[in-house]
Amino acid sequence: MSARTDGSAELIRKTAVELADLLATGETTSVEITQAHLDRIAAVDGSADAGVHAFLHVDAEGALAQAAESDARRAAGEARHLLDGVPIAVKDVLTTQGLPTTCGSRILQGWVPPYDATVVRKIKDAGLPILGKTNMDEFAMGSSTEHSAYGPTRNPWDQTRIPGGSGGGSAAAVAAFEAPLALGTDTGGSIRQPGAVTGTVGVKPTYGGVSRYGLVALANSLDQVGPVTRTVLDAALLHELIGGHDPLDSTSVDEPVGAYVTAAREGVRGDLSGLKVGVIKELAGADGSGWQPGVMERFADTVDLLKEMGAEVSEVSCPTFVHAMATYYLILPAECSSNLAKFDAMRYGLRVVPEGDPSAEAVMRATRDAGFGDEVKRRIIIGTYALSSGYYDAYYGQAQKVRTLIARDFAAAFENVDVLVSPTAPTTAFPLGEKLDDPLAMYLQDLATIPANLAGVPGISVPAGLAAEDGLPVGFQVLAPALADERLYRVGAAVEAALTARWGGPILDKAPVLEGVR
Amino acid sequence: MSDTLVPFDEVVQRYDPALGLEVHVELNTNTKMFCGCPTTFGAEPNTQVCPTCLGLPGAMPVVNRKAVESAIRIGLALNCSIAEWCRFARKNYFYPDMPKNFQTSQYDEPIAFDGWLDVEVDGETFRVEIERAHMEEDTGKSTHVGGATGRIHGADYSLVDYNRAGIPLIEIVTRPILVPAAKAPAVARAYVAQLRDLIVALGVSDARMDQGSIRADVNLSLAPKGAGVLGTRSETKNVNSLRSVERAVRFEMSRHAGILDAGGAVLQETRHFHEDTGTTSSGREKSDAEDYRYFPEPDLVPVAPSREWVEELRATLPENPTQKRARLQQEWGFSDLEMRDTVGAGALDLVEQTVAAGAAPQAARKWWLTELARRANDAGVELAELGVTPAQVAEVQGLVDAKTINDKLARQVFDGLLAGEGTPEEIIAARGLAVVSDDGALSAAVDKAIADNPDVADKIRDGKVAAAGALIGAVMKEMRGQADAGRVRELILEKLG
Repeated sequence: MSARTDGSAELIRKTAVELADLLATGETTSVEITQAHLDRIAAVDGSADAGVHAFLHVDAEGALAQAAESDARRAAGEARHLLDGVPIAVKDVLTTQGLPTTCGSRILQGWVPPYDATVVRKIKDAGLPILGKTNMDEFAMGSSTEHSAYGPTRNPWDQTRIPGGSGGGSAAAVAAFEAPLALGTDTGGSIRQPGAVTGTVGVKPTYGGVSRYGLVALANSLDQVGPVTRTVLDAALLHELIGGHDPLDSTSVDEPVGAYVTAAREGVRGDLSGLKVGVIKELAGADGSGWQPGVMERFADTVDLLKEMGAEVSEVSCPTFVHAMATYYLILPAECSSNLAKFDAMRYGLRVVPEGDPSAEAVMRATRDAGFGDEVKRRIIIGTYALSSGYYDAYYGQAQKVRTLIARDFAAAFENVDVLVSPTAPTTAFPLGEKLDDPLAMYLQDLATIPANLAGVPGISVPAGLAAEDGLPVGFQVLAPALADERLYRVGAAVEAALTARWGGPILDKAPVLEGVR
Repeated sequence: MSDTLVPFDEVVQRYDPALGLEVHVELNTNTKMFCGCPTTFGAEPNTQVCPTCLGLPGAMPVVNRKAVESAIRIGLALNCSIAEWCRFARKNYFYPDMPKNFQTSQYDEPIAFDGWLDVEVDGETFRVEIERAHMEEDTGKSTHVGGATGRIHGADYSLVDYNRAGIPLIEIVTRPILVPAAKAPAVARAYVAQLRDLIVALGVSDARMDQGSIRADVNLSLAPKGAGVLGTRSETKNVNSLRSVERAVRFEMSRHAGILDAGGAVLQETRHFHEDTGTTSSGREKSDAEDYRYFPEPDLVPVAPSREWVEELRATLPENPTQKRARLQQEWGFSDLEMRDTVGAGALDLVEQTVAAGAAPQAARKWWLTELARRANDAGVELAELGVTPAQVAEVQGLVDAKTINDKLARQVFDGLLAGEGTPEEIIAARGLAVVSDDGALSAAVDKAIADNPDVADKIRDGKVAAAGALIGAVMKEMRGQADAGRVRELILEKLG
């Protein structure tokens, strides 16, 4: 059982902005805050067998050392950033110099990168202690974190259920008050869907808005790093910190970082008059199939809320979105089949040497066979096929054309509305194991999130309440045109403020109190 | 398994060859194609590497602008069109010296395409059509230790040096070159030689075939004479000298003919060339089974050189080597043979610089192609690397013109230069090489030679002036070479006239 003082129990429930205020006024220290979160991790995170299991690696020593340095800076009046001293968790797909980075895969077991991802360097430079690396589906392939080679993460709302994926570790860590902030990555919904099913906030920035250097690529043309937090304002603050052009990432856009914090503060006022909101017909459960009624109810309530705040709501059709799933599952496997070729036992990571006097090729084959899980192998096979001579035009080439059409649907829609909305995921958190043997059912979790990745536009998921039938969190997704990420924060903060007032407090207050584990 | 070879002369009578050349040029940029690592040749293995060129998880490429500039200049010099928009592509295959197990290259959107290069063989011009020139990165370098062949099969272990991984390469690919069979080996050689000259003139590469900074793959197929079809080709990899290019073509023509004569089918495969025997042997089978699964590199944005930039680069192109050669031949008054020998010896620039330093063209040619070529050959180095500069050659010739020394003494001056004994003047002083211009001493030596060879003297008196050579030789011997042969001849004829 957790045996924390009231003080540290209070600290872990603070938002990042609240913690920053306490640090600024000297009411607490980074060491106290960091220790409180490390204690919480020790109490509730457990292991692969029990507990939340949000972390694959906890760096208590490093985090406390960084915290002590932060406190020294503050004492000297040299704090580097508002968040200097506020700890953070990092998804294990981002390279961290000196800290293991496994991507949830056996094949990278024991690999310690010699360099930091650009986003990691930015949070280190700003003085945020890194608590550890969070669990994920292997190489970010999955929507439940069950495909981690190191065992699943459990949803803090109900530990028999999935926390979403691939970034279930980051979302669960934040939902379980093990970290006030986390970094995630979103290729087809890996930040937003875990946010939806854990009652947290997740943002996928505009493609190119945040550097991908040091993000171990799943699908390079779809991946994006983003914030995982408990409030929209915290997400805005973290997004401003990690965003911006990076000369090491040719696909990062050379545009100034947006005023996300300002937009979030403006949204809190609850005035959305003049804002044009489009409800995506194809993602509003019109056909009924697969969309949980409780999810649709919370979605409809939230749309009504937008109207109450002055928004003009209309229905918008994006007919090509029905092809988004098929398109995604050609482009993603194609890119990842090539990305994952580098894991060949020659330079780092796992090496399996077969009996006898094996050739380099035999070592590669044995290592890849032992090191990759089934879902990874499935996608490598699909991608290899889709790119092969004679099939390229029919599969990869065709998928790229449809991708262009999806981007055009977005462009057309955004000529008439400022933002588009949908439920983030079609269901609430499902029981562990339920979809593990049914890849297609698992893929459908990302139905509503995938189109944004294909078009490169930004999206946010904010809590929309609990589904009537199971009492589990539902996410509300807002999408904006490329480089108009501010709109996500304005609308997200407005929804969050109004709903929090209606609920009488943050949605996570409704989550069960976690039992400590050994 | 040994190949049945058909003598080249017979191949020529029965078959038409189609040549194809793929030449890789390693650029001399300071940094690699996609990262900031240095490109210095010969550094300690694996010291010029970073996450990107090692292919570490998460690392990303960034295009080297200087490499794009060099690619465009090569394209322009080869009369190519320059793409307004092109992308990099991934060429996927597994090999231990490939850090990512895909090579970042270009596929159907090369930076330069549709060009040509005119090459000259025996006074005849052949136009080689260039299909494309594209940018790509080099792989690491494998060294297979143990085993008999130095190749991966049978090796005890292999070492990989990733210093070379990511060095920018330009691959220049010809369209099928259809030339008379007898000329094919020479055309292949001339093409690579002329391409190398062009690369040198552009200054974009060290252009050292012996160090691998220019590597040629030779594709060859044969078809029955007059059939007008293309046969199945073999691809001979990494042929690393001009002579080898010629020999590889010759050997493959003989080998293909042997197979075809026996009613067999040529296997489409990669072959290795062996310098020592001048033969090729089967490498990894290529065939159609190899599928590189090219697709556009999603970590890079398209390269879209502005037309202004392309025109700026066009203005930096050096004089076309073919035109330059024609101009120099005319200025120097060289015969076709003299010019060809000069170019063939790699002495064109040296002669040009020697002439610029004041020597007469024929004198400059004579020194570089005889005396100095012999020494370079003995030392096993390129003429340009011998250690004698064009300015020194011009200076030596100036001393010959001034009759301070003669040709024979000049050779000793070159010995001194190569031994690092100082300037030509210093060497002449130190070695006491100056020609004796004191007529008194010379006159005495001539008198002695006449007295020693009375019958020769009689012939000269009878008008057989050609016999003077024997007396000149005797005088030169007496003077230990330090006499002006012209003046000796004058004295002999005076005395016997």
